[in-house]
Amino acid sequence: MQELLPYLINGISVGGQYALIAIGYTLVYGILRLINFAHGDVFMVAGLVMVYATTSMPFYIALPLVLIATVILGFVIERVAYKPLRSAPRMSLMISAIGVSYLIQNLAFYITGGVPQPVSNPIPWISENVTILGASTKRVTLVTPVLTILLVVALVYLINHTKIGMAMRAAAKDFETAQLMGIKINAVISMTFVIGSFLAAVGSMLYFTNYPSVAITSGGMPGLKAFVAAVFGGIGSIPGAVVGAFIIGLCEEIIKGLGYTTFSDAFTFALLIVVLCVKPTGLFGEKVTDKV
Amino acid sequence: MTMKKKKTIFTAVVLAVLLAACVAVDLTLPSYHIAVTVIKKATVYALVAVSMNLLNGFTGLFSLGQAGFMLLGAYAYGVLTIPVAKRASVYQYFDGGAIQFSLPEIFAGFLGDTVGSTVGMLLALLVGGLLAALMAYLIGLPVLRLKSDYLAIATLGFAEILRAFFQWNALGPITNGSNLLKSYPTFAHATPYVILAGLMIAVILLLITSTYGRAFRAIRDDEVAAEAMGINLARHKRMAFIISSFFAGIGGGMMAMYMGTIAAAPFKSTLTYEILLIVVIGGIGSITGSVLASFLYIFSSEWLLRGLDSGKFLGINSPIFKNGFRMVVLSVIIMCIVLFFRKGIMGDKELPDLLDRRSRKRKKEAAGK
Amino acid sequence: MSKNVLKVENVTMQFGGVVAVDNLNLEINEGEIVALIGPNGAGKTTAFNVVTGVYQPTNGAVWFNGEKIVENHPQGKMKSMYKGEHAGEYTGVLAPTPDKITKLGLARTFQNIRLWKSQTVFNNVLIAKHCRSTSNVFSATFRMNRKEEAAQRAHVEELLKIVGLYDVKDELATSLPYGKQRRLEIARALAAEPQLLLLDEPAAGMNPQETDELTAFIGEIRDRFKLTIFLIEHHMNLVMGISDRIYVLDFGKLIAEGTPAEIQNNQRVIDAYLGVADDA
Repeated sequence: MQELLPYLINGISVGGQYALIAIGYTLVYGILRLINFAHGDVFMVAGLVMVYATTSMPFYIALPLVLIATVILGFVIERVAYKPLRSAPRMSLMISAIGVSYLIQNLAFYITGGVPQPVSNPIPWISENVTILGASTKRVTLVTPVLTILLVVALVYLINHTKIGMAMRAAAKDFETAQLMGIKINAVISMTFVIGSFLAAVGSMLYFTNYPSVAITSGGMPGLKAFVAAVFGGIGSIPGAVVGAFIIGLCEEIIKGLGYTTFSDAFTFALLIVVLCVKPTGLFGEKVTDKV
Repeated sequence: MTMKKKKTIFTAVVLAVLLAACVAVDLTLPSYHIAVTVIKKATVYALVAVSMNLLNGFTGLFSLGQAGFMLLGAYAYGVLTIPVAKRASVYQYFDGGAIQFSLPEIFAGFLGDTVGSTVGMLLALLVGGLLAALMAYLIGLPVLRLKSDYLAIATLGFAEILRAFFQWNALGPITNGSNLLKSYPTFAHATPYVILAGLMIAVILLLITSTYGRAFRAIRDDEVAAEAMGINLARHKRMAFIISSFFAGIGGGMMAMYMGTIAAAPFKSTLTYEILLIVVIGGIGSITGSVLASFLYIFSSEWLLRGLDSGKFLGINSPIFKNGFRMVVLSVIIMCIVLFFRKGIMGDKELPDLLDRRSRKRKKEAAGK
Repeated sequence: MSKNVLKVENVTMQFGGVVAVDNLNLEINEGEIVALIGPNGAGKTTAFNVVTGVYQPTNGAVWFNGEKIVENHPQGKMKSMYKGEHAGEYTGVLAPTPDKITKLGLARTFQNIRLWKSQTVFNNVLIAKHCRSTSNVFSATFRMNRKEEAAQRAHVEELLKIVGLYDVKDELATSLPYGKQRRLEIARALAAEPQLLLLDEPAAGMNPQETDELTAFIGEIRDRFKLTIFLIEHHMNLVMGISDRIYVLDFGKLIAEGTPAEIQNNQRVIDAYLGVADDA
């Protein structure tokens, strides 16, 4: 148990980071029924921006800059790549998302020259080592779950108690009717992408603080895993995404702790396939049926 | 002359010219020349793109597992064809590996060197295809019941699992763990690639135009109606999935041949994305389109736009032309196609249909006069 | 006494707490044209969907040519929610997918036209022949089924001539006018070589003249193909003109059955369609 402890603490932390990304997937899927394949790459870009920004300016300017840059990126992606396809079949939208992902990765390769960008203590304080229950870890590991929960609570408040939140829920329930009822659907969708990107940026800053470098492919795996978390929790459901993300983060770290590091990724996807086959709606998802 | 006859002759002429051009390239240029490389890579991509189109374009199953099946085919090819004498050095961390035979050598034993090893190589490709098909059958059982985007993500996940297994040390005596497989025989010239891929694509084309191909398209257009008209959805979807994976496996084997070494790393989801985008550029539902797009894509990325990466393009020198710029340009072009030319180059038309359009135009002009 | 083709026996279809079809019993004999009518939302299409295997009934059975093709009893969640009668009478589960039922000789059309959009008129009919072909994927790919394919194509051409769509056979199915699309759906169902044809509102959206043509057409194909026809329809002219017998559904329950003349004078049917006036 004592040996597993650091893995458990890590698992909760990684879970929190996945949760922040997973919310982006789940919100977008809830409204557009689109797996936003580019979301993982937005996450990666946030990491890169953080590396560049923190090395050239003080962190209290750099961090807001990362948030703003990521939010703008998310907003632009939606406007340029998804909005023109509003009436197109879903397959086109998904292809467009894959195209965006491909473009971002190639662009990042061009800018970084394909060299992983080293992360060196971007945010003071949270990168410091602390000891908890006899296990040494970075402070970020402890900050992450707390910050995640706070952000999720704020988000749930936003969705349940504000006007834009109500519009988002209406759009998720029935896209076309919401439009007919005078909801400005484009504004709602943009808002969704803004929120999703914002959370991904926060997740990214926390995530990469724990890693030595940001590579152009760094976004792919956490992105896919966060998506699995969203599916596992029941896509479209925010609490589902959060719970799913924590479970996946924990399981992964435990598997690593048991010495099967090769399979920690494979486990996540195996879980995905099992969930999809046994209960496609996930833990908290709603059932949808097709009419003949 | 009837339209049908005209079309057949037109197609035959185009194909013959292309094959002749390829043979000419092989005869005049050394095998390391960029033209030969482009043809090899493009034919392999064309085969895989067509196999993906069979599934995504003709049956309407949005699967993203292509890289996984290619991986199986590539490994099967490598494992079965590395000469016995070289196994000790390839599998140096695994005591020479668990498999101590090589198909080309076995067949060379009684068919002679050239014929025998070719037969052995082809057989290894076939084994790779069959393995991929078998795997498709197994994962198809649970996965094919899923709807569009869930199917996409499940197949994508499956490909990742497969990749993890091939890098697992415990399987090292067969897969060489995370080390490279190398020293296996390959075809030096481009023509064998073209003929092989051409034959495979022809078979897929025959399938698509058969009664089963029509049933696949019915499933794509309207599942409920297809089922009501007596088409067994589960059986036909599985069939399309298995057949597509079979050809992806063979494509993977050919990819291994072209690359010269095999590792699990290149068979990431990015490869699947690349092939999917090629299918989109060519036109979802057009075999000709997929082939054409493969050649265009590989030709521009490997040859035409090389200059964008090395500082000089069309005689212009610029500091922005540095490593990676050509892929940026290429992906911007792809995005434009995805957004504004959603039908791709060919839409759902095939090579012989090109005559159609022209003759129809002519008819219209004639009527106008 | 002619042979019994279709028998729906105590079929209840419940979606959660909503009872869409409640203890439905009906029989159709060989060569008959039988109509199922009722106000909107009465459960007519649901009944069709049970017969064709799209839905699995909550309770009851369906027989085709004396063979039981569908059977079910309340299970899982439905066990406690089941409100219908005859609970416990059915114990087996028989739930073939729609394609298997079609192969038995039972083909349908759809209320909201469901043609294969990217296919030509000819191919739409030809694809329906797929379920009757004996080739496997290998023999079909390598063209070892030329004879069968040629025969199928010839049959499709013949069918298109009968329904009057031969001259548009190379057009896209979706480019046809509405009435012709309906005809094409019928041609497609006929291509599956059914013994019993189910038509779900074949005259929906048609004008009176088109409806009259369709009425004549349905009678004609019944005689030519020796079919039994079961149809759902709202156009009373059509229903009264060609039906041998009529069943009336209201709120999932059968409220009347009989010949057109009997139905026209049935007080319950009139009430169901026009509503019962309040006493006040």
